[in-house]
Amino acid sequence: MSFSLAAVGLVHPNGHRALQSVSLAGRGGERIAVIGPSGAGKTTLLRVLGAGLRPGEGEVRLLDQAPWQASAAELRRLRARIGSVQQSPPIAPRLRVVSAVLSGRLGQWSTLRAIGSLLHPSDLEGAHEALSRLALGERLFERCDRLSGGQLQRVGIARVLYQRPALLLADEPVSALDPSLADTTLRVLVEQAGATGATLVASLHAVDLALRWFPRIVGMREGRIAFDLPVEAVTPGMLAALYANEAQPGEPGEGDAAPARESRLFQHAGCA
Amino acid sequence: MSREGSSGGDGTQALRDPAARRRLIGLLAGLAICWPMLQLAEFNPLALLGPGSLQVIANFLGGFLPPATQPDFLALLARATLETLAMATAGTALAFVIGAPLALVATRALSRSRIGPGPGRWRAAALRRAARTVSMVLRAVPEIVWALIFVRALGLGPAAAVLALAITYGGMLGKVYAEVLESTDTRPARALLESGSGRIAALCYGLLPNCARELSSYTVYRWECAVRASVVMGFVGAGGLGQLMDQSMKMLNGGEASSILLVFLALVLCADALSNALRRLLE
Repeated sequence: MSFSLAAVGLVHPNGHRALQSVSLAGRGGERIAVIGPSGAGKTTLLRVLGAGLRPGEGEVRLLDQAPWQASAAELRRLRARIGSVQQSPPIAPRLRVVSAVLSGRLGQWSTLRAIGSLLHPSDLEGAHEALSRLALGERLFERCDRLSGGQLQRVGIARVLYQRPALLLADEPVSALDPSLADTTLRVLVEQAGATGATLVASLHAVDLALRWFPRIVGMREGRIAFDLPVEAVTPGMLAALYANEAQPGEPGEGDAAPARESRLFQHAGCA
Repeated sequence: MSREGSSGGDGTQALRDPAARRRLIGLLAGLAICWPMLQLAEFNPLALLGPGSLQVIANFLGGFLPPATQPDFLALLARATLETLAMATAGTALAFVIGAPLALVATRALSRSRIGPGPGRWRAAALRRAARTVSMVLRAVPEIVWALIFVRALGLGPAAAVLALAITYGGMLGKVYAEVLESTDTRPARALLESGSGRIAALCYGLLPNCARELSSYTVYRWECAVRASVVMGFVGAGGLGQLMDQSMKMLNGGEASSILLVFLALVLCADALSNALRRLLE
């Protein structure tokens, strides 16, 4: 088992309940897409899977370890094997792209090598290879604050590719990319997971991309798992129910909203 | 939520800013505290402009001109300036050696156990509090008091001032560095800690690129304060420009005193230029 969550529940410090009784398990090498309306708890779920948030209820096992019962040293080693891509990449703006990509392996490097790499990058070829898979090879020595949003997002993905983790978590990894670039980038992520045998869990707003690239779809709504099915079993009716009643400014009622959304969702879905 | 609403002639609920009352109370409390403080400190700037005061100040300042320019005095002045610069620089450097590790221990921005929260968080919180307490104790005693003590122990000369500066400024640097690291965006450092990075590496890759300018400008400002403090400590025998100024004042030689003050102004200008240059370099 690459990861397993058993009846996990989480309440944020401000009182908002983010996850309710979530049970999910994934084997090594699986590709899972998490879809759902905004506020459904997808980001919280991915942070729990990344050992970044401790759930108040339930049990978590990641890469055959219980992260919150382990010692600090074991937890740190576990975290070095889990890679996270976040929607707005947490990269210091004045860092150079090469250092940002190389920081993926900071969990495996000694402190001396890490500091030395800031002055003179210690693995230029590795960083360049990760960036050129995302068509950013020529931006190796630029500063991150000179990049556009989409380029910065790809640098965040390059960092995780360079890290080569056993569990790859992606929270809206292609939200700032145009459709063809988003498709290419997802293909790179899927290929990386396949090549290293890593488990890939991605949350996506674009349902058509999820249905195209991921064989297993998990739908979340209001902190619970609505469905957890192979992609062939997902029907347009399920998707409509998942995204129903999403508040839209200026729309008079549910009756008008639902059919418009259905047609938008299923234009490229490829479902029957 | 910040619009004052109209009363509900059309049936809508009036909108009120929920923070308005608290802010008004805070403002009134601030004024209520300020006023007795000003009274206690006998704050009366208009007294400076009274009939006799201006004449007294003018006479006092007149004794300062012209500045002394005799060659042997200028040689003494040069030597004293170098002594003061050396005191300030050595004191600030030692203060950095004391303050930077204290700051790294005390700052919450590099806390791995706060993620989750994870194992060992009570011990880590206690350690952070201990480091903050050490910073506080170090800077609690003014440096001139330390200088007086060390002059008795080590004799007259710059060593007393260097030690006094190292202790008090170490505490100040420790506190301000820790707080600057916490005030900047900590998401990059936290993301690195969540991927298993070490704390120093998370500092260098995640925090320093953002706050290098603040840290360096504060350090250069502290160096400038150290120059001023060295002059003050010179009055109790620690050497440098302060001791020279003490001697000139005792001999009622206003010209020499104004030369020393001009040098002092030049030093502060240099510190300002250095700080600007560093900030532009780190842009």
